Amino acid sequence: MMGRIFAAVFRREVRLAWRRRGQLLQPLMFYALVMLLFPLGAGADLALLGQAAPSLLWVAALLAVLLAQGPLFSADLEEGGIELWVTSGVSLSWLALAKLIAHAMIVSLPLILVSPILAGWLGVSGEALGVLAISMALGMPVLCWVGALGAALTLGLPRGGILLALIVLPLYIPVLMFGAGAVHAAMEGRPAGGALVLLAGLLCLGASLAPLATAAALRISQE
Amino acid sequence: MFHRYAALSSPRHFYAVAGAWLPWLSVLTVLGFAAGLYWGLVVAPPDYQQGEAYRIIYVHVPSAWLSLMAYTVMAGAGLVALVWHVKLAEIAVYECAVLGAWFTALALATGMLWGKPMWGTWWQWGDARLLSELILLFLYIGVLGLHNAIADPRKAARVASVLALAGIVNIPIIHYSVEWWNTLHQGATVTRFDKPAAHSSMLWPLLFMGGMFILYFSTVLLARIRVRVLEQEADRQWAEEVRNG
Amino acid sequence: MAEFLAMGGYAFYVWSAYALVAIVLIGNATVPWWRHRRLKNKGAGRGRAR
Repeated sequence: MMGRIFAAVFRREVRLAWRRRGQLLQPLMFYALVMLLFPLGAGADLALLGQAAPSLLWVAALLAVLLAQGPLFSADLEEGGIELWVTSGVSLSWLALAKLIAHAMIVSLPLILVSPILAGWLGVSGEALGVLAISMALGMPVLCWVGALGAALTLGLPRGGILLALIVLPLYIPVLMFGAGAVHAAMEGRPAGGALVLLAGLLCLGASLAPLATAAALRISQE
Repeated sequence: MFHRYAALSSPRHFYAVAGAWLPWLSVLTVLGFAAGLYWGLVVAPPDYQQGEAYRIIYVHVPSAWLSLMAYTVMAGAGLVALVWHVKLAEIAVYECAVLGAWFTALALATGMLWGKPMWGTWWQWGDARLLSELILLFLYIGVLGLHNAIADPRKAARVASVLALAGIVNIPIIHYSVEWWNTLHQGATVTRFDKPAAHSSMLWPLLFMGGMFILYFSTVLLARIRVRVLEQEADRQWAEEVRNG
Repeated sequence: MAEFLAMGGYAFYVWSAYALVAIVLIGNATVPWWRHRRLKNKGAGRGRAR
């Protein structure tokens, strides 16, 4: 029963995302554009760009994820889907977990896939590209989930966008530090495993706590 | 025993009990601060390395302690507000956020005023404590901003409580990540100075000032919750009697 | 006394730190006090209308 509900929510999210695939491309385009703007602003000095590349890639990806959070629950709110969730009697955390996992995959996968290409633009090469992809695969879902919590907390508020950024960005700091730190380490030939393990730890913590917190926020929004 | 606490959590009783306690607590706080300032500024010896400048420690470190303590109290009140819907706890969340944000701002400002003569610069990216404190300030601003954006005070308090709890999980992680980042970029930092070695003639006044800051926090928090209670319960008869009497 | 005020040449830093703390702490403590007074002054006639 629980498994079927989980699968149903998951499938619905993926199907909806596929129908709005144009919207799905927007964070990706944003990511690519920001990575284009930096060299144009800083000059074509490859050494300088290479130095800054890990933080640039991570900050731009982080902002792209943040942009994708705004509409996360707003359609559900308008259609009354959240009210249905709350009154359905099914564990709200369980529903939230299904939605969050689907959301994390839908938003992060394109960003993870495209980031090695963008990193190549900035002169990152070799092992660091692999570390970048792994760090993003571990870190992006956490960013998505923290962002989803922020979206649930600011649900239905006027001018919720800037507030969402204000709430969520400080919570993004550890992921940014470990993620960019891992890529930095790989570029300088130091072992990146430590930072990746820490990111994996955050991923576990996020997966266990984010659904609970998001469910609490959604329930309050319907009171 | 439990009944006494339950009675205290009713706004009306809280108002009366807090009103009886506040004058004593206020007098104690003022006297305590006078003693602590005298101890820290006059009695405590100057530091052998930093001279008199180290005396900023007596307001900087207690502010930093209280910035964390206020966040912890806020998250605790948030948990109570979410689970038991206690009105006093809901009010405490917001008031803790206001006071905590101010303590954080003070810790930052005094830290910079201490850093300038010691490091030669107002801001040092290499100092993990200042950096954590800055992030903490943003966490507080997020809670306050979210609370202010919601018109209904009871709903605002519960939404802010969820964020406060998310923050309390994150604070140790943020602190650790900042320290980790710091060791990674150690090469880039200018000379680091350590807080003065804990000699007892300097440590005792510091602990005493810390205690006084806690007393101040408790007193002012109590006073602020008491006023909010009166504001939010304005329609009730007891509040009307209080205002008229 | 002058020596005490000079704080070994660090007067500006030490005293501005203490002044900032004093202003903020006193400010935060007086806010509830005058709010309370304002509430009481409004007194009758407001309660139920609100």
